[in-house]
Amino acid sequence: MVDFGGWEMPQQYTSIRDEHFAVRQVAGLFDVSHMGRFRFGGAGAPDFIQRMVTNDVAPLVDGQAQYNLLLNDEGGIVDDLVVYRGSEGFFAVVNASNREKDLAWFRAHAPEGVEIEDRTFEQGLIAFQGPRAQELLPCSADLASIPYFGWAQGDVAGVHALISRTGYTGEDGFELFIATDRVGDAWDAILGHSKSAGVLPAGLGARDATRLEAALRLWGNDMDETVNPYEAGLGWTVKLGKGDFIGRTALEKVKAEGPRRQLVGLKMQPGDIARHGAEVSAGGKRVGVITSGTHSFFLGFPIALAMVEARSLQVGDRAAVEVRGREAPAEVVKLPFYRGSARSLSDK
Amino acid sequence: MAERRYTKTHEWVTVGGKQATIGITDFAQSQLGDVVFLELPNVGRKLAERETFGVIESVKAASDLYSPVAGRIAEVNETLSAKPELINSDPYGEGWILKLDLAGDLPSDLMDEGEYKKVTEAAGH
Repeated sequence: MVDFGGWEMPQQYTSIRDEHFAVRQVAGLFDVSHMGRFRFGGAGAPDFIQRMVTNDVAPLVDGQAQYNLLLNDEGGIVDDLVVYRGSEGFFAVVNASNREKDLAWFRAHAPEGVEIEDRTFEQGLIAFQGPRAQELLPCSADLASIPYFGWAQGDVAGVHALISRTGYTGEDGFELFIATDRVGDAWDAILGHSKSAGVLPAGLGARDATRLEAALRLWGNDMDETVNPYEAGLGWTVKLGKGDFIGRTALEKVKAEGPRRQLVGLKMQPGDIARHGAEVSAGGKRVGVITSGTHSFFLGFPIALAMVEARSLQVGDRAAVEVRGREAPAEVVKLPFYRGSARSLSDK
Repeated sequence: MAERRYTKTHEWVTVGGKQATIGITDFAQSQLGDVVFLELPNVGRKLAERETFGVIESVKAASDLYSPVAGRIAEVNETLSAKPELINSDPYGEGWILKLDLAGDLPSDLMDEGEYKKVTEAAGH
């Protein structure tokens, strides 16, 4: 068990390798109850959310979710989050390590008529992720009718759940919001139902490996309050034309001038695991640092993300990364490193 | 089978005649998580007691490997370069790391299984 933002979390249940393969080939079940969950109500909630986040939430209807960023006035990323639209307001899932900071940030900006409630401790959150997730989840709802980044209510293994077709692995799958006192029952029932097909409970190690293969950014590693969305390669979440939001003025300037840094993907040689903070150089000149790195059991080689000077590296270029006190060779590759079953959903 | 002895830094050693076999303990592999790579020395190199001889990379971190005893490297487990996961699955068997021709006596502070168990219980909560 490891400490993760104050929560005691398993790095692995059995082996990171086995759990990683289960997620890519069948499905894995993650306990992500540590993530922060807020509810926003009141007549002012829609305008408030629209002013706080980068994406355009106005077109969202009940049953839809959207990936978003919270920015500070300088355009730096305070957190990344998923915003859900319900019939009575909005719901958001934020990073565990940022829960208290985000809650204070929302509350500091909320006008009269917006109610913000921290629901983290009333609900558990588990994620069932993998190419066979739809087939193997015991559920009363018509899962096939839930689109990517859509959600519905239903019973999972006889327990009431909010079922969201979202995740952090690059695979198809569902995130299930379930009352804290019942989430353990649902966990056991899902595994009982799907274990014989090869489903495994999966820990933080498999979660990090799968998210990195899918090039999903991790706040605190690949981005933070000093990184803007264009540098993080998340410009697609920014809708400058939607009206005013926190950070917009700063981002207009970044967009006009071009970002100073960029996030790139690196493929490394077997055994050379690039660690967070390691220096990246090209042509003998330091160009940036590693933000995330691991060994990909599934791809068979180590992979990494690096934040480097804009235009210093392009796909196909060679670079060098400091590994165990020496310069290890790296190749710049296209992101994501791997496109899982979520691809067919997002292309629909 | 010779009695296995342990160090505070989670290596193990068994001795048969003048040769020692060394590896890392089951506790060490469980703390490291899945091992993905080992950087190991060549046969013939002389190691002093407590000398760093290589690096073990797991998905979590890179850690130095120390020799619990002094001696000359007689054999390196070459299988580990293709199958580093043997360190996880069989740390006391197929996951052995080096065989050394012993130079001098064994260090006096090596622990037996009971003593080592106390160390790991204190370390793991």
